[in-house]
Amino acid sequence: MTEALLEVKHLKKVFPIHGGLFGRRVGEVKAVDDISFYIKKGETLGLVGESGCGKSTTGRMLLRLLEPTEGTIRFEGQDLTKLSREEMRKMRKEIQMVFQDPFASLNPRHTVEKILEEPLIVHGLKSKTERKKRVQELLEIVGLSSWHANRYPHQFSGGQRQRIGIARALAVHPKLIVADEPVSALDVSIQAQVLNLLQDLQKEFGLTYLFIAHDLGVVRHISDRVGVMYLGQMMELADSEALYDSPKHPYTEALLSAVPVPDVDIKKERIVLKGDVPSPANPPAGCPFHLRCPKVMEACASIRPAFREVEPGHYAACHLYGEQL
Amino acid sequence: MSAPVLDVKKLKTSFFTDDGPLTVVNEVDFQVHAGEVLGIVGESGCGKSVTSLSIMGLVPALTSKVEGEILYRGENLTQASEKRMRQVRGNDIAMIFQEPMTSLNPLFTIGSQLTEALRLHHKKLSKKEALQQAVAMLKKVGLARAEQLVNEYPHQLSGGMRQRVMIAMAMICNPQILIADEPTTALDVTIQAQILELMKKLNEETDTAIIMITHDLGVVAEICQRVVVMYAGRIVEEGTVESIFTHPSHPYTIGLLRSVPDMRTKKQRLFSIPGNVPKPGSLNIGCQFAPRCSQAHEKCLKEAPDLKALSNGQRVRCWLYEEEKEYIV
Repeated sequence: MTEALLEVKHLKKVFPIHGGLFGRRVGEVKAVDDISFYIKKGETLGLVGESGCGKSTTGRMLLRLLEPTEGTIRFEGQDLTKLSREEMRKMRKEIQMVFQDPFASLNPRHTVEKILEEPLIVHGLKSKTERKKRVQELLEIVGLSSWHANRYPHQFSGGQRQRIGIARALAVHPKLIVADEPVSALDVSIQAQVLNLLQDLQKEFGLTYLFIAHDLGVVRHISDRVGVMYLGQMMELADSEALYDSPKHPYTEALLSAVPVPDVDIKKERIVLKGDVPSPANPPAGCPFHLRCPKVMEACASIRPAFREVEPGHYAACHLYGEQL
Repeated sequence: MSAPVLDVKKLKTSFFTDDGPLTVVNEVDFQVHAGEVLGIVGESGCGKSVTSLSIMGLVPALTSKVEGEILYRGENLTQASEKRMRQVRGNDIAMIFQEPMTSLNPLFTIGSQLTEALRLHHKKLSKKEALQQAVAMLKKVGLARAEQLVNEYPHQLSGGMRQRVMIAMAMICNPQILIADEPTTALDVTIQAQILELMKKLNEETDTAIIMITHDLGVVAEICQRVVVMYAGRIVEEGTVESIFTHPSHPYTIGLLRSVPDMRTKKQRLFSIPGNVPKPGSLNIGCQFAPRCSQAHEKCLKEAPDLKALSNGQRVRCWLYEEEKEYIV
């Protein structure tokens, strides 16, 4: 096994809820509740789940754009949670982020050149001519032309803007890129272009990705391994082949069966889940999924199932696999 | 086949801008039959939403122009008065929108919003009777504790519940046609599955025709019987779902189907259509798709093809399927 580039252990994020006359703490939301995973060098880990499951919060904590409440994040052996703000700022040279909305994540008053130059200035590339050269280079890498440098974000289409976002992340030669829903705002034909670009870049620069998305088809396409989250917890994590072909967790099964497939010959058995995702401010005891689970057992309501290896490299948090191993 | 409930002929919708009229929907014609689910697919800016708004008479009259014919049971809605359109909307043709939160009024209870539509079209109903029908409708769309729900406000409901309320509101007058504009796009997959299931059930129980506007080909395969593919304001292909998904003919449809990442198998590399989605109203001479088409030839750049019927019942707008045998693949 190649070494883990990033190793997350028992990561938690709790947001307090303030209310009442004096703004006292009246409750809390466990956005991410004790998750552990690792990412190997050069691989893509996909993180899927429905809205509010904590996948974006996880991504943001890796860059400490949100401070973790508990747990450790080891990047090349170094614990990121222990770093000072200044040290963390330097560390972001290694870990970069691509955001979902290419309309909101680019400053509308800056030219593309200025947008791409900024990370270079922050991370200490002093010479102006070198910066200019690097900007030209970056534009070329992501499939834009050098004359795009003097334009403003509104002059680009959604797909092109996402390319600029990717170029900005690449500017400082990062090792890990956290991509939070990078293609979900794009049309299907453009989405395919951006996914191909991300794969090409990975090959060319040996990048490692944490790819966060809600689209299960997209995640399978790009990921080597996939983690499924529900209500702040990791339900299942496995090689993407194994996860999609033989899911272990009932939630993963239901999620996969719920996706409409663009093929009319397939008439599949669909597991339609009842009810909504419970509020993360008031999650059910035991397994977070037990209220909607078609295979619920007695233990599920009271005991939170451990996240254990049910097959080599295939992890699941479910009482169905309690005795095995 | 029976007469269609809706027959759209040569629909052309343009908006007035400083640079002259901008034609967003052009030469669109299709029919909808009772009890049928018709899908309209396309990427952003292809005119699928403007088509539906034109049918509903919801494009602003001062800044836009709707040409062609929209025949609802033989009556041309483009010529109908505003008063007549108000009778048609909600009662004969109803619509649900993508974002259920912004389409519900946050200041009124679910009950009052549901009964408003009912009492507007059926003036004889008392408030009490209307409320009873509203509760019954909420139960029909699968909402538990409907009696309490009518007294609650939209913010108290989850996204999936709100979309169910929207569907209840649209279906309460038993319309002939339900236009659903991206009804599941804002929802999570497990909730989307519930809503699609519900729409299928309602379609089977009533003979309401559904026009499903979506960008998701999976949703089309799931629920529609016939599908219209739009590109740059025009229909590029039309046919039954079975034939379109097994034998897509237009290069755009083929490309679109191939660029969707498949959840069941892993491809090394995705097929992608080069270039960008054209801006609404941007026009070039010849076929609109030609600049992005891998099979474009000289004629495509000079002359716009017509929508032509193929032997398998599909209609396609592409020069590849004209008489010139050498281009047939």
